[in-house]
Amino acid sequence: MRRVLPPVLFGLLALVLWEVLVTAGRVAPFILPAPSAIGAQIVEQRGNIGDAALASGANALVGLIGGTLLAVCAALAASRSTLLGDVSIPFAAVINALPIIALAPILNNMFESTSSVPRRLVTGIVVFFPVFLNLLRGLREVSPVHQELMRTYAASGWTFARKVRLPGALPHLFTGLRQASSLAVIAAVVAEYFGGLQDGLGARITSAAAFTAYPRAWAFVAGACLLGLTFYLVTLLLERLAMPWKRNLIS
Amino acid sequence: MRRLLAGVAGLATAVLVWEGYKAVGAPEGTVVFGVRVLPRADDLSMPHLWTVLRRLAGPEMTGGRPVWLVVLDACLFTLGITAAGFLAGTVIGLVLATAMQRFRIVERGLLPYVVLSQTVPLVALAPLIAGWGGTLMPPWATVAVIAAYLAFFPVAVGMLRGLQSPSASGVELMRSYAAGWWRTLVKLRFPAALPYLFPALRLAGAAAVVGAVVGEISTGTRGGIGRLIIEYSREATSDPAKVYTAMLGAALLGLLVAGLVSLLELPLMRHRRHVEVVTL
Amino acid sequence: MSAPANSDPDVVPTSGPADTASVVVGNVTKIFNQGRSDEVPALSDVDLTVGSGEFVSLIGPSGCGKSTLLRLIADLIEPTSGTVTVAGRPAAQARREQEYGIAFQQAGLLEWRTVRRNVELPLELRGVGRAERRARAEEMLELVGLADFAGHYPGQLSGGMQQRVAIARALAVQPPLLLMDEPFGALDEMTRERLQSELLGICAKTGTSTVFVTHSISEAVFLSDRVVVMSARPGRIRASIAVELPSRDEAGRQAPVYFEKITEVRQALRS
Repeated sequence: MRRVLPPVLFGLLALVLWEVLVTAGRVAPFILPAPSAIGAQIVEQRGNIGDAALASGANALVGLIGGTLLAVCAALAASRSTLLGDVSIPFAAVINALPIIALAPILNNMFESTSSVPRRLVTGIVVFFPVFLNLLRGLREVSPVHQELMRTYAASGWTFARKVRLPGALPHLFTGLRQASSLAVIAAVVAEYFGGLQDGLGARITSAAAFTAYPRAWAFVAGACLLGLTFYLVTLLLERLAMPWKRNLIS
Repeated sequence: MRRLLAGVAGLATAVLVWEGYKAVGAPEGTVVFGVRVLPRADDLSMPHLWTVLRRLAGPEMTGGRPVWLVVLDACLFTLGITAAGFLAGTVIGLVLATAMQRFRIVERGLLPYVVLSQTVPLVALAPLIAGWGGTLMPPWATVAVIAAYLAFFPVAVGMLRGLQSPSASGVELMRSYAAGWWRTLVKLRFPAALPYLFPALRLAGAAAVVGAVVGEISTGTRGGIGRLIIEYSREATSDPAKVYTAMLGAALLGLLVAGLVSLLELPLMRHRRHVEVVTL
Repeated sequence: MSAPANSDPDVVPTSGPADTASVVVGNVTKIFNQGRSDEVPALSDVDLTVGSGEFVSLIGPSGCGKSTLLRLIADLIEPTSGTVTVAGRPAAQARREQEYGIAFQQAGLLEWRTVRRNVELPLELRGVGRAERRARAEEMLELVGLADFAGHYPGQLSGGMQQRVAIARALAVQPPLLLMDEPFGALDEMTRERLQSELLGICAKTGTSTVFVTHSISEAVFLSDRVVVMSARPGRIRASIAVELPSRDEAGRQAPVYFEKITEVRQALRS
């Protein structure tokens, strides 16, 4: 209760303040619509919001799964050799600092801009790097005690990987996935600003803004927030299920 | 040295993959069950790398300025916006972190929202913030707002971790010196937070670049590299190499910002341990 | 304190005739980074024999190579020259045949496995069947007094309890030889003394030979049949002091001979 109450109170306070500020201050809706106006739009547009969220969610999910699978394979391969890891980590870290999302228009040219492939591909690429980087770091980071212990057991390389290296890297994998899950939704939504097929939340937001229907645009933003939150929370849930030893530690 | 080697090796691999796929890939791509799973390999979709380089030297339009100059100009314009957003985001992040460290109640009430702000794609707000341009602020500043929005988060979370990193014995030592909250902050917490701050700043720099590029596109701000990517991609059918020159510019901008932020920490971090900052 | 009584025949001594040596270290020299500018001579001309069922402690200042010597016996590193024999076989073969159990200063438990599954790990790697593994692990946990914690994760245990799990894990394969590298080093004095008594009880019951690295004089004297004192740079054996206490319990800790031996070891370390 003590953990939940402050944020809830804080959120309510912020909403009330927002409402008062907008109505009393006569703020034009194109600057900031009132929460009540946005709420009304959410109720009115719930069908459209749901459809668009489903489209964007599917793109994000496909990209997330594809990018993660690829990243896991790549990290496993790169962890086999010290040199490969030493070279690929800084390189991937640099690429991760680039605005990958700007690849969207190029991918629209390379594939049909009328299919979902470009958006999913951008999402996959964006997802790839945090998962790859975190997992590879985890795979390379083995406690010396465990290393010696497995040597005293005369354990083979494969046994070592299965019993120590892989489970030990699991927390790192989930660190990467947590970041990737919210990035996936952001990428799937924002990729639509760059053109291509326009059936997701991103396109709805831009078109509503273009028609100066600002409360409606904000309603779609709220839908995007909900989608992002869902992805993040599901990842957290998976993390707790996959690593029971961490959960017991907290309780 | 190692990083340089890594960069060269990675680039060489990328070039090989690109030209290699162009050599063996089907010009119309590979379609499985009606879905194109491999991209088109024709010159229109994937121009040769040397074509792109040659395009950099050529004029933007007949008789216009050379493309490389235009791209560089756009990069500098976006760099300015990124810097403004980065600075604003960093200041906001530092203030938030300090406030959260000082008052438990602020941390408990605010931190969930700070984390929430990044798990939800509020960048989606970009087209709406565009409305502020020209009334509340000049149009370029709306892009800086978006960049700042993305940049403040790693700083706030990383700095909070850093400010909370001193051990209880360190805090008690300061207490035994009768040092107040402010002196403890300056003498103990800030120095202890530096190893956390700099990795956070690097994340913030990268986030500010993404924010600036996306922001330019969705607010329709002219003059920057994000806008250039969109403009050039519309000419892709007649001049396919052009959009790639803009992409190179965006990559250059990302590298430039990452390099500049890394320079910041050089004098301060020479004898310090390095920690990893996990923000989400 | 004593470990819970256990009359299971599996835990009776498995070693051979009493006169065969468990460990023979012959004229061993170890130089790290040999031939490079940062060459470090760690051990020089070390001879050591550990009899079957004997408890030998290695003590000395930091850098005297006592941990290095233990790692040589465990075949975690190889000697520059000289031979190491464990149970009559070369150290490498003895390691592959799992002739010893080992415990380090850090417990080194796998945090994602429950306490029982941690103890089962060496049995698992030897291909022991599931039911037997489980039975043996529970027996070992009983021995170190942690039977009630079998389903817990290491993160839920205190440092002392984790160390006891590590010892149970080392004992699980019922090795004829136990190697311990400052296993109680990070524990508080109370826990330490309790675990020392438990360890002695276990060793007496199972008849294992033990090589025990420590930097505590009182610990070495209390536990050992023989205390081997080493000196540093390069590591050498300076003295080998036989210890015979009237009993290894609270009364033993009060006996005059206990204090005499402590003085003797201290003087050997000083000279």
